[in-house]
Amino acid sequence: MLLTDGNFMSRLIVMIAQRLALGVFTMFIVSIVIFAAIEALPGDFAQAILGQGATPEAVAAIRESLGMDRTAVERYFAWLGGAVTGDFGVSFSQLSFQSQYGQTGERDVVTVADQLGPRFANTIFLAATAAAVAVPLSLGLGILAALHRGTVLDRIANIGSLTSISSPEFFVAYLLILFLSAANPIFPSISKIHADLDFWQQVYRTVLPALTLTLVVTAHMMRMTRVAIINLLSSQYIEMARLKGVPRWRIIVHHALPNALAPIINVVALNLAYLVTGVVVVEVVFVYPGVGQLFVDAVKLRDMPTVQACCLIFAAAYILLNLTADVVSVLTNPRLRHPR
Amino acid sequence: MTLKLQRRTVLKAGGATLLATSAFPSFATAQQRGGTLRLGLSGGNSTDSWDGRTHSDVFMQVSAMGGVFDCLTEIAADGSLVGELAESWESTTDLKTWTFNLRKGVEFHNGKSFGADDVIESLQMHVAEGAKSPAKPLVEPVVEMKKMSDHQVQFVLQAGDADFPYQLSDYHILIYPAGMVDDAIRGGIGTGAYRNEGFDPGVRLLLGRNPNAYKEVWFDAVEAISITDPGTRVNALMTGEVDAISRIDAKSVRLLERNPAVEVSEVTGNQHYSFPMITTTAPYDDNNVRLAVKLLFDREEMVRKILLGHGKVGNDHPIGPANRFYAADLEQRTYDPDMAKHLLKKAGVEDLQISLSASDAAFAGAVDAAQLFQQSAQAGGVSVTVVKEPADGYWSNVWMKKPFCACFWSGRATEDQMFSTAYATGKPWNDSYWDHPRFNKLLAEARTELDDSKRRELYREMQVIVRNEGGVAIPMYANWIDAKSKKLAHSPKLGNVWALDSARIMERWWFA
Repeated sequence: MLLTDGNFMSRLIVMIAQRLALGVFTMFIVSIVIFAAIEALPGDFAQAILGQGATPEAVAAIRESLGMDRTAVERYFAWLGGAVTGDFGVSFSQLSFQSQYGQTGERDVVTVADQLGPRFANTIFLAATAAAVAVPLSLGLGILAALHRGTVLDRIANIGSLTSISSPEFFVAYLLILFLSAANPIFPSISKIHADLDFWQQVYRTVLPALTLTLVVTAHMMRMTRVAIINLLSSQYIEMARLKGVPRWRIIVHHALPNALAPIINVVALNLAYLVTGVVVVEVVFVYPGVGQLFVDAVKLRDMPTVQACCLIFAAAYILLNLTADVVSVLTNPRLRHPR
Repeated sequence: MTLKLQRRTVLKAGGATLLATSAFPSFATAQQRGGTLRLGLSGGNSTDSWDGRTHSDVFMQVSAMGGVFDCLTEIAADGSLVGELAESWESTTDLKTWTFNLRKGVEFHNGKSFGADDVIESLQMHVAEGAKSPAKPLVEPVVEMKKMSDHQVQFVLQAGDADFPYQLSDYHILIYPAGMVDDAIRGGIGTGAYRNEGFDPGVRLLLGRNPNAYKEVWFDAVEAISITDPGTRVNALMTGEVDAISRIDAKSVRLLERNPAVEVSEVTGNQHYSFPMITTTAPYDDNNVRLAVKLLFDREEMVRKILLGHGKVGNDHPIGPANRFYAADLEQRTYDPDMAKHLLKKAGVEDLQISLSASDAAFAGAVDAAQLFQQSAQAGGVSVTVVKEPADGYWSNVWMKKPFCACFWSGRATEDQMFSTAYATGKPWNDSYWDHPRFNKLLAEARTELDDSKRRELYREMQVIVRNEGGVAIPMYANWIDAKSKKLAHSPKLGNVWALDSARIMERWWFA
């Protein structure tokens, strides 16, 4: 199918390089915005971690030990200097913990990367489980709905997916707990997954949060698939194929779908990014130890290094998935492959 | 020195109950060993560690003081003081010099045997240079710590303090192995009845029974999960994912009661919801105004609507039913707008306009409570503007800064701790900036008074003074509401100093 002439490949590589460079620039902007936003929030880490015990001396002591007495600009560039070399630093809470036992120096330094690592793996696991169900389901439903446009099947798929996307996530989550955990104890109501569980146990404990996310993201992808295919079905070459007597499913799979892929892939990418970044509520309801909970904790504590690292992960997820979507769209579309 | 001490009058000897859990031998159900206790706890954070100086919420209270670590003394479920790592204690007549006899044959989880050095080093952690310990005010008055023998320590205090052994039961003052405090904080090495077998802060903690424990405990293992959302905690209990949960919403109580497999355990303690007024600024520098504000709280309504009945009306002083010298016979203050009007007239501010800052960070329902006050204060001619403050940074930017705001206190085990923390002049948490010479004098007097009935009198007078002249309106005591599976059993009396049987659920409960 693909015409992989050298000219095309080199143009593609240039495009990817340009987009990656733009992505890095975007992440730089994101880090400035996030830093400024944390600065603008009332209170800082010292006050947040001391809570009711924030006496002026204690606050000053913590600020000094974390270098928070420097100006915001100095602190930002100190952080940026580490981040560009791949060192996201140590979270404030760890630093302040260590500053209390500074002398021994034997303490293992827990970096932001150490803290984020396992959580990020959990988040990806949940996103992948949800995507493995949601993407085939919504594409399949979308194609079926397009094939049987205006029938009961189309209506049910539309109403069902719109209902689930219109309800708040926690409500969908509670409904699933009610039906699949409380009334019929099939799945556990809380995930509490950890490294000691084997793969299938992890999958079993991830079913309810993944199902919640599936219900939330299916509508968008399904409707986009349906609309894109329906649009094409009225075009002339499809009509021609139909006149020639090609079976309907073949028309859709072989002639309509390849041309409809670009918009569908874009929507899928957006939703996959959402699965990585937008799951805080689902994590809280199912006690799922992902990045979201760590992120919320860090924002509450104004723990700048952790917040920044989380935000960069989220930004990178969007940027990379969008880039992937664009590349795949180009590859699947002859007109984009050979622009005039 | 030891001999000299023993010649003096022995005032107090706390007999340590050998087995804290078997303190109720008459209880019908036989305690039995076995099972893994699964807890769904509130108040866990990804910043939690085994450093007692940073503990402030249920998760670490239950896990550290109630599991992995021990204190010198322990408040039993009935409110009396028993020994934990201390076996007995005595003081000189001036209550300045205290000698503690330590339990022998106790080992830390790493095999180090427990002795006097551990006690001294652990206490010094709270007063070390630059230490940020909430227990600093409790340990600071100790001017000298002396090791008398391997199992005897002597503390010399700045001034006499009859409650000193009580102070040492504070959940921050955990005992660490001397010379390896860092290791102990990193790995959770204490003397407790459970050993740390895996801790992922803010997520999950696994504990196993310590085979060398000196205490008899009943569970083989404990799994504590941090569940921050109250609704999720209730779900986890209802679906049998955990056996007990802490801190449930008053609104969920009725739901839980419908489930035959679970039950709510509720105790009234010292936890109170308060509204401090800064007494150094107008209009609250006038006691007539403060009293009028207190009279304009419709307490019954607040207990009914904010606590949904799970509490008790407060009487504008912080001493609660879990305190020894609680003056239960004081006249209960009630809603009286006419009297309030009269007092405001006396103060010359008949059409008083005030603002009340509140956020649900203070306590669940604080904003609603402020709005109830807004309504009830109208009858007294006071117009209240409710300022809804952000929950983030509430304790730094609102509490002790805004002239009138919402606040909560867990209460303290002793009257002295409560008063010296939040009512004595010049203390960092004196949230009404109150200064009452007579009160301060009584407070110092009561600390060194030996006779319990005289102390009762002194503390009674202090409660009266705070009630009538203090800067804090305390409309309600909130119950500790936890919930548990019916498979779990406990002795009939539950501790009411902290949540979950004063945070001792792992040590005191068992599977029936």
